[in-house]
Formats: sequence, structure tokens, C-alpha cells
Amino acid sequence: MANNIIISSLLHLFLIIITALSLPFLAKKPIDLPPIISIELIQITDKTSIPYAPKAKKIIEEIKKKEKEKLVSEQAPPKKVKKEKPDAIPLPDEQKNIVKKPEEDKQNPEKIDDEIKQVSEFEKKELFDPNNIAALIDKSKEETAEMIKNDNKITQSQRKSVISSGLTLNEEDALKAQIFGCWSIPLGLPYNEDLLVRIKLNLKPDGTIINSEILDHARMNKPGQGFYKVLAESALRAIRLCQPLRVPTTGYERWKEIQLNFDAREMLQG
Amino acid sequence: MRKFIFLIYVCLFVFNWGKAWSLIEVDITRGNLNPLPLAVSPLSVDQNSKDKFKDLLKLEDIGIEISKVVENNLRQSGLFNPLDPKAFLQKPDIAHVKPRFEDWALIKAQALITGEVKIVDEKLRVEFRLWDVLAGKEIMALAFTTVSENWRRVGHIITDKVYQRLTGEKGYFDTRIIYVAEEGLKTSRIKKLAIMDQDGFNTKYLTLGNELVLTPRFNPTNQMVTYLSYFKNLPRVYLLDIETGIQEVVGDFPGMTFAPRFSPDGKKIIMSFAKDGNSDIYTMDLESREVEKITNHPSIDTSPSYSPDGKYICFNSDRSGYQQIYVMRSDGSKVKRISFGNGLYGTPVWSPRGDLIAFTKLHKGKFYIGVMRTDGTGERLLTENYYQEAPSWSPNGRVLIFYRETKSDSAGKGFSAKLWSIDLTGYNERMVKTETDASDPSWSSLLTD
Repeated sequence: MANNIIISSLLHLFLIIITALSLPFLAKKPIDLPPIISIELIQITDKTSIPYAPKAKKIIEEIKKKEKEKLVSEQAPPKKVKKEKPDAIPLPDEQKNIVKKPEEDKQNPEKIDDEIKQVSEFEKKELFDPNNIAALIDKSKEETAEMIKNDNKITQSQRKSVISSGLTLNEEDALKAQIFGCWSIPLGLPYNEDLLVRIKLNLKPDGTIINSEILDHARMNKPGQGFYKVLAESALRAIRLCQPLRVPTTGYERWKEIQLNFDAREMLQG
Repeated sequence: MRKFIFLIYVCLFVFNWGKAWSLIEVDITRGNLNPLPLAVSPLSVDQNSKDKFKDLLKLEDIGIEISKVVENNLRQSGLFNPLDPKAFLQKPDIAHVKPRFEDWALIKAQALITGEVKIVDEKLRVEFRLWDVLAGKEIMALAFTTVSENWRRVGHIITDKVYQRLTGEKGYFDTRIIYVAEEGLKTSRIKKLAIMDQDGFNTKYLTLGNELVLTPRFNPTNQMVTYLSYFKNLPRVYLLDIETGIQEVVGDFPGMTFAPRFSPDGKKIIMSFAKDGNSDIYTMDLESREVEKITNHPSIDTSPSYSPDGKYICFNSDRSGYQQIYVMRSDGSKVKRISFGNGLYGTPVWSPRGDLIAFTKLHKGKFYIGVMRTDGTGERLLTENYYQEAPSWSPNGRVLIFYRETKSDSAGKGFSAKLWSIDLTGYNERMVKTETDASDPSWSSLLTD
């Protein structure tokens, strides 16, 4: 009796482990993150291009505000600086006053420009303060992480298509676009017939073909299906012409075997 | 109970395993319609045969000449792009035995045609092979023996075989075109029946030009031609045997007969017969000479054309007030109008594939050649011009040949009439080479099946 319980428990345990291992959420590999180094991050290393990076710009602007607040609070009342910019010609009396205070020089347009430039330069310098860079990197990481999260949300909402193709939409589109260009559809095919050819490919990591197999091979020799041979050959030509195929750079295990379904009906029926 | 739980676990295991390892599938639903690049290697000829053919046919190198016929046919089809022979790296004789596929792939050829020409028992023997360059294998090999004068036909037959192997439908190259050859001013035109290969070579004239001839049509075996000619200033339908040159008037009709065409089995002629200002459609059995009236309507019914299975007839009629296209059963029952667009529709011709009807349309002073489905849907106008009409289908139903006229002055100068072809895509429009001006073309069926 005790033996039976032990055997039964062991078997159950074995089944539970196997089942658990094969559950989709466990079998699913961690998200294969594409190279996420954003342009902003790369350009941060290049001091001159920081202001032009769109996402960094936002961060810069945020920092600008902070810095401005800092500067203004230290050097001049913030209201004055903002109001003086649009005024082109300061009143003489005011000018006198302005001369006294460095902030009042901003009433001269040229100087305002200089000052703007200076502020910009100043900001750049400030930006490249190691602390700020760290903050920027942290922020951009957060941003990219958020973007990835969003992407994941999108792909998960379209989960069916991703699961069925096993490629992301971008990866699938890239592959399709490549093969569209290589496939010369035989125009004489009877367009009211079944014009689907399924080809299974084994691929190398660089996208070259190890071997190809027509899945409905038997149909080639069926009477009245002569057109199928022509269609299948055209599909094989397209694959050979296109190789190496535009496959993702990562996740080889995922796509080393792939099935292409060539369907000419849409094109021929027009 | 245990068994039940065990089964559940097994089911879960199998289900999830299958999901975790499902094969990636990508649907390819689009391709390109660019001409397929292929190489037509000159056919190799040994020196002895070359010399003999030079004496017989006055051709410097028959191998090159046959390959030129093939190359020209394929280019004219619009579906193939024969590559420049100057780019070929391999010699024809070696390529025919064992092509170096890398060399051919290098010049972007996807298919390769090689061949060999010999003289055997004073006859021309041509062997050719079609290779799939990308797969690196032979996909077709055939040999023909014929009299040496038929060397151009051999080129056409090779093209038909290649075309069929690569496109999936029969070719249309080993065919002839009968047409009306025209010379002189528009006001005093001399019109003769002429026949030529589809590429414009080997033209022969079948009538002398004493009488005006119009609308010649082949019978299904391409041995007989029916056409309209004038007898005592009255248009009458004639039959002409191309081999013997014997011609005869069809039927003993008191009025004028016109727009003749053979039935798909070649046993009947269908045509219009006009009497007292009313024309109807009639058939005549060529064996029994029995005449049957198919339509019976006070309007003008003309230009009848059978469907390929012989069960239906399309024709044009003005019974609605304007000239439109109608379809009826071959016994004249169930007449149904199928054209409803703006303008006038005429010269309907049923496609040999049975799926389309080609027509001429006149709308706002312009002439169009177009096609529509047999129920009248899917009308597509393929080409527009000042004056063009009389479309005739290639035997595979992919290309139409028709004629186009240019404007002339009041004295008839500046006038010309030429044959043109256009494929169903509407993009591959080409002038067909003829020795003289030409009109009313009719395409034969394939001479060899």
C-alpha cells in the first residue's frame, strides 16, 4: 500500500513537472530584446549632436527649465528675463538700470542672442556633467523600457498573429517584402484552382537555405495538376533567388525551420 | 479516477508541447510580374551540318537563326526578358551538354535554353533543353525532325514548349495570322487576302486583289478560311481551301451575307444575312448545306461568335436602341444583353479559354479594344485610339490582335492601317510586322499541339 502511494506520488510529480515545463508561459523564452541603444544615447557621446536628438531634446528641455530656474533664481528674477526677450529696444532709463545688472543686458537683442547661445552652451556643459549624463542614461533607459513595454503591449494585443507566424510583424514584413520581389508568378495558371504551394525550409543562421521541401509534393504528379508543378517551381526559384533570406538577427532556434505558403490566387484573380 | 487525471495531464502535455514547437508560417500572396530573365544560347551546329544548311537555306549559321526566332518570340510575349548573348560566358556546344550554372546565374538568368542542330538523312534535326539555372537542373528536353525549310517553325515550336513549361499555359507561337493586305490610297484600296506566321514572316497572298475582301476567319483545323468578298457588287460569304486554293460562295442567299465565322467544331458557319434592311443571324451546315435562322428580330443582329464549347453565341444588336453585346444559347433562345456601359459595342469575340469576350467600343469619338466577362461584368478597356477594331484572340486566350487606322486627308493621303497586338494586362502593346498595310486579322489555332 505504501509502495503504491509512493509510486503514484512519484508518477504524479513527474507528470506535473513535465506539464509545468511544457506550459506556454514557462516554455516561452524571455523577450528577445532587439538592440535597444537608442539614437539619443549614441549621440550623447557626441556633444554637438545632443540638441538635435529628439528624445534627448525633451530631456534637455526639462533640464533647461530646471537650470533656467536655477540660473534665474541666482542671477536675475525669472519674470524679467522672459519679458525682456521680445522687447527689441530698451528705454534709455531702463538701459542704465540694466547695465547695473547683468540680466538687464538681455534687453539688447544681440546680447539676448548671445545670452541664449551662452545658455545653450552652459546647458551643454551642464548636461555633460557626469551626474546629468547618468540621469540622461537612466531616463532614456526608462523611456526605452517604456517603449518596449508598449511594444510588448501591442504585440500581445496582436498575439494571435505573432504566435501563428512566430515572427514579429516587422520581421515577417521584411521577409515577405524580400520574397515578393523575387517571385515571378507564372501568369498562365488557372486562377480558379487551388494555387497554394507550401514549402518548408531549413535555414542557416545567415538566412541561406540548407534544404527545401514541397509539402504537397504528391500533387505534382496528379493528373490535371500540371500547373501545380509550374507554380511550385516558380516558388522554389523565388526562394533560391532571394537567399540569404532576410531573417531576424536573433532567435535562430525560433526560425531555423520555417514554412512559406505561396498563394498566387490574389495576384491572378486581380 | 487516477486514469482520468493521468489522461488530463497527458492531454495538457501534448497540447502545450505542440504549441511550444509550432512551425513558423509566412504567407506569400504577392509576387512580381516582371519579365523572367532567361538566356537563349545559340544552338550549336557541327561544321558539316552548318555547311550543308548554308547550301540549302542560304543561312550563315542556322543555330543562331533558330535561337533568334525563339528569343524574339519570348521577348514579344512580354513575359520573358531574353538576355543579351554577348554576356554569355559558356560556349553553346558545352552549355548544351553541361551548363555551368554559376556562369548563367551570374548574368541573372533564371532559365537557360540550349540546343543542337544536325542534318540527319537530309532532314533538319533540332534538339533542345530547358534548364532551371537556380535549381541547377534540366526541366525539359525535346527533339524535332522536319524538312529543313521548316526551320522557323521549329523555333516557334521550341518557344511554345518553353512558354508552356514556364508559364503553365499553352503558347501561341506556332500559329498563323490571316489578314487583309491593303495597298494604295484610301479611296482606291487594293485588298488581298494574306497569310503569315504570327511573327510576320513567310507572308503569302491568297487572292489577287481583283475583288474587295473582308473579315477572313480560320476554321479550327486552319485548313479552311471563310471571308467576305463582293460578287456582282453584293457582299457574300466565301469559303477558301488554303491548300488547294478552291473557293466557293456559302449558301444561296438572295441578299447580302457578312460577318462569317466557323463554329468550334468547324461543321457550321455562322453569319449575318440582310434582307429588306433587317439582318439576322443564320447558321449553315457545311455538309448538308442546311440553313437555320438563329435570331428573329426587327433590329440589326450581326457579328456572331460561338463560345468554345459551342453552347452559346455572342453577337451585337441594336434592339435596345443602341448597338450592344448580347449572349444567347446556340439555338437562339435566352437572349441576354451583357453590355451596359456608355458608348456603342461591337465585334464581340469569345475567348478560346471561354472566360472573356473581347469587343470594340466606340465612345466619345474614340475607339477602344476591351474585354469583359461572359456575363458582362469586369469590363476592361485595354487600348484606346483614333480608329481600331476587329479583335481576334490568340489560341491561348492571352493576347488580342486587331488593326488600327490613322487619319488621312481628303485625298486619302497619310492613311495607314497596321496590325497591333495587346495582351490581357494592357501593357504589352506591339505593332505586328506586315509587308503592306493590313486589317481584319484572324489568329489561327496552334498548328501543332
